[in-house]
Formats: sequence, C-alpha cells, structure tokens
Amino acid sequence: MNLGTFYAQHSRLIDEIGINALLALSLSVSLQAGQLALAQAAFAGIAAYVSAIASMQFGVPLPASIAVAILASALAAAALAYPVRRLRGIFLAIATIGFGEILRVVLNNLDVTGGAEGLSGIPNDVTTPIIYGALVLVAIVLAIVARTKFALAVALTREDENAARGVGVDVGSVRFASLVLGGAIAGLAGALYAHAFYFLAPTDFGFPRMEQILVWCVIGGVTSPIGGVLGAVFLSVLPEVIRPLADFREITNGLILLGVILFVPNGLSTLWAKRGS
Amino acid sequence: MIAQQLLNALFLGAVYALFALGYTLIFGVLDILNLAHAAVYMIAAFAGYSLVADGLPLPLAAVLAIVMAGVIGILLDRVAFAPLRQRNAGTLVPLISSIGVAIVIGAIARGIYGIDERHFVEGGLDATPIHLGPVTFTSVEALILGTAIGLMLALSYVLRATTLGRNIRAVAQDRIAAALLGVDIERTIAATFFISSALGGAAGILTGLEYNAVSLDMGAQIELKGLAVIVLGGMGSITGAVIGGFAIGIVETLAVAYGLSAWRDALTFGVMFVILVARPAGIFGARALRSA
Repeated sequence: MNLGTFYAQHSRLIDEIGINALLALSLSVSLQAGQLALAQAAFAGIAAYVSAIASMQFGVPLPASIAVAILASALAAAALAYPVRRLRGIFLAIATIGFGEILRVVLNNLDVTGGAEGLSGIPNDVTTPIIYGALVLVAIVLAIVARTKFALAVALTREDENAARGVGVDVGSVRFASLVLGGAIAGLAGALYAHAFYFLAPTDFGFPRMEQILVWCVIGGVTSPIGGVLGAVFLSVLPEVIRPLADFREITNGLILLGVILFVPNGLSTLWAKRGS
Repeated sequence: MIAQQLLNALFLGAVYALFALGYTLIFGVLDILNLAHAAVYMIAAFAGYSLVADGLPLPLAAVLAIVMAGVIGILLDRVAFAPLRQRNAGTLVPLISSIGVAIVIGAIARGIYGIDERHFVEGGLDATPIHLGPVTFTSVEALILGTAIGLMLALSYVLRATTLGRNIRAVAQDRIAAALLGVDIERTIAATFFISSALGGAAGILTGLEYNAVSLDMGAQIELKGLAVIVLGGMGSITGAVIGGFAIGIVETLAVAYGLSAWRDALTFGVMFVILVARPAGIFGARALRSA
C-alpha cells in the first residue's frame, strides 16, 4: 500500500492523533507544575465553539478565529485559576471537573451553541499539515520555555511548594501561568478540532474526554511533556491496531491500559529513559 | 406541593447517598478516588435484572446481585489498587487503573447485554399508589427508600459497633499504627471494598427499580453526582455523604420543580464548586469516618 492510499484511509485518525497530542501537551503543562487541574476538555470546548461561531456567524477568517478562540480559552483558564488558587490534589481535580460539567450544561442550553444538537457545517478548512504544524510550533515553544528559569520554578513547585517558596519562587504565579498556558494550548486544539471535523456537540468535551486526556498523560508518563504525546499516540492508535479483534476490542483496550499502568507505573516514556541510561 | 417535592427529594437523595457512601468509604480509608465505582453500580443493576429475568424472586435477586457487586469490589482492589499500594504509587496512578477496570467492566456488560436499555422487570413492577396526607408515592418508592435507609443504618452499626468497623476506622486514621496494633490491613481493606461496592451495587439496583430501566450509561449519570455529594458532606465523611446525598436530592428536585430542569446539573456542580472553594472540608468540616 502506498502512502497516498494509507493517508486517504486514515486521514481522520491522523488528524485526531495530532489534536489529541496537543490536548495531552496542554494537560502536561499543568501536571508539570504539580497541578491536577482537569478542565482541559472544557477549555478546548470553549475554544471550539468560539472559533466555530466566529467563522460561521461573523465570517472571521481561519487564523483570526483560531486566535480569538485561544484568547477565549486562556481567559477562561485565568478566570478559573483565581477561585481554585488554594485547592490542591484531588480537590483541585474535582473543582475543575465541576467547571467542565457546568460548561457542558451551558453549551446544552444556549441558542448560539445550537443546544444539545450542537453546531454543524463549520468551514472545514483545517488540514493535516496545519494540525501538525501547530503541534510542532507548540512543541518548540515548550522546548524554549523548558530552557528558562521559569521551567526551574515549575519543577520546584511540583516537587515541593513550600521549598519552592523558600528559595523565592512565586508559587501562585507559577500555578496561574501553567493553568493559562495549558488553557491556551487546549484552546488551540479545540479550534483545530472544530475546523477539522465540521461538527461540534457539547458531549465532545465532557468528562469522558477529560478522562481520556488524563489517561494519555499518565500512561505516557507525567514527568515530561513527551510522555503525554507518547500516551496520546499510543492510545489513539491502539483501537485501530486491535480492530480485527472486533467484539473483544474494547475489553482488550481496557486490559492493555491496566497492564501498562500496573507494570509501567511511571509511564511509557520511562521505558525509553531506562534503556538510554 | 412542597411536602410532595421534599418527599421526591428524599427518594432521589437516598440513592445518591447510598452511591456516595461507597465512594467516600474508599476515599476515607485509602485517600483514592475509585472511578470504577459507577461501573460496579451499573453491572450490579444488570446482574439484578438478569436474575429477575431468570425467574428469581426480586428480593433474592437483589441480595445476590449486591453480594456479587461486593465480590467485584474485592477483585477490583486486588487488580487495580493492591499492586500499586505495595509500591506507594501515590493517588494519580490508582485513579487511572480504576478507569482501566471501569473500561473492562463496561466492555463486559456491553458484550453480554448490548447497548439497548432494558426494563428491570418486564411488564413493570406492581406499584400501588399510597396516599398519605398531602403526599402520594408508590409502594416501589417506599421499598427503595426503606432499603436505602436500612442499608445506611446497617453501615453505621458495622462501623460503630463491630470489630471490623473499628479496624476500618483505625486503618483510615493511621495505617501504620493500625498494623502495629495487630490489625490485618489487607483484610480490612478488602472488607472495605466489599462494603463499598455492595453499597454502590445496591444503589444501582434501586435506581434500576425506580425507573424500571437499566442501561450501560446509567453509571455515567451518577458518577460525578456522587463526587458532588461527597464534596458537600466532606470527603471521607460517612454522615456527610448521607446528608450530602439528601441535600443534592433537594437541590435537584427543587430545580426541576421550579422549571429549571435544563439547568439542574449546572446547579448541582455549581454548589459543589462553591463548597470546594469556600469550604474544601465540606459543610461539616470533618473527616467523620475517622471519628465516628
């Protein structure tokens, strides 16, 4: 089979993998700072709807609609960051899940979002190169950030917030910045999703999606952003690879997930590191 | 009118409380969130349905399905949590392994029952309306509420007055100290999982009876509501879960009564969010499992 027919058969999956990788990166930015903030699906949803409405109702061109969408999700992240600033661990996770659930109800009830039926007929103008171009761009930005003092402050915040404060890290700002940056990346993913797949519904960005993103990051390994991408690619491709199992596909998927988490608890990316060292 | 609404809230809240008790027990003892709890709730309802369809009388079918749910709970711990506990894997990794188990349970249920909703009892239950002063309810609703309250009292008795309950509270408070005092930790945790999952299974069966329907996605509807309930009452608190269950039941029933049914869930999670931000320890502010 040549590359052209392979792409034609799998173009939707290939696009999904790129967007999933972006979503995993957006969560890994929060996890890097030790913040179990689970609103990434909601941020992506906000951006997807904003960009779809911008282009369908106001005729905004694609680049501008993506920019507006990213701004909207970053603002939502900033607005959420303030009330949850004192919450940690599982409490932060639950509060941010609650935010996502409230958003789902709002999307279900507004006229402008098309209610439960969602929006269809979104200009289908995001192509595979645009998705992977965005992914590379985000990866480069994160790689540059990783070389700054800010990355050090992030790592310190993750390991021990009190110790980080002791050496002069402004923990509050680190947490805020990581949430907003993660929200912006999720927003980019959401806007691309809306324009790549033509159709949006409130359930696209609910808790099951958030659960998926978290699973990608943990399966891949939370110690580095590479882990999230690895997990997203692995778990997006897996169902396709085991497609011949037909009825046993779903259960195999669950068992492989369990196997990885039990036998490689630090994530797939650590397998790599072990071999390298 | 208001009396009838409060009664409806009681029926809804009883099931929420029962479900949340299982959630909060595991959180109280192990500090982990068991995201397979809703899958056990669902599969127990299907098991009850199957047994009734096979001709067993309802009470026997319910008891068997609840015991089965409890056993699934023990297996769940052995597969998803125990291996990680030995490694001190923290709280995030067990969360993911419980999602894995939930996927497996969901896949099994789907393989056996397909995706269509089933009637719990074919032809419906014999629901006699009962008029009591200003309120009306059915015999089925009375049965549900009675069973739920009975199970809550039984749990309270077990935790307060039995050796097992004392051990569970000891492990919740300080696992190492409990081990030093001779408590068999793994056995106590297994028992906790049995009780937790049996309660979740009972909630599933009662929900199946209430709507005379069981479906694959019934767990998804209560999973996050259960979180709202235990947050409201204080994570890990037994009394809190009961009161939180009834409180959320009241919030949701009133939302529907006042024409806000489309916004009901936003209200529930709005309450949860505000409680978390303002009083993360819950409205009662205590980990009552450890002091019950």
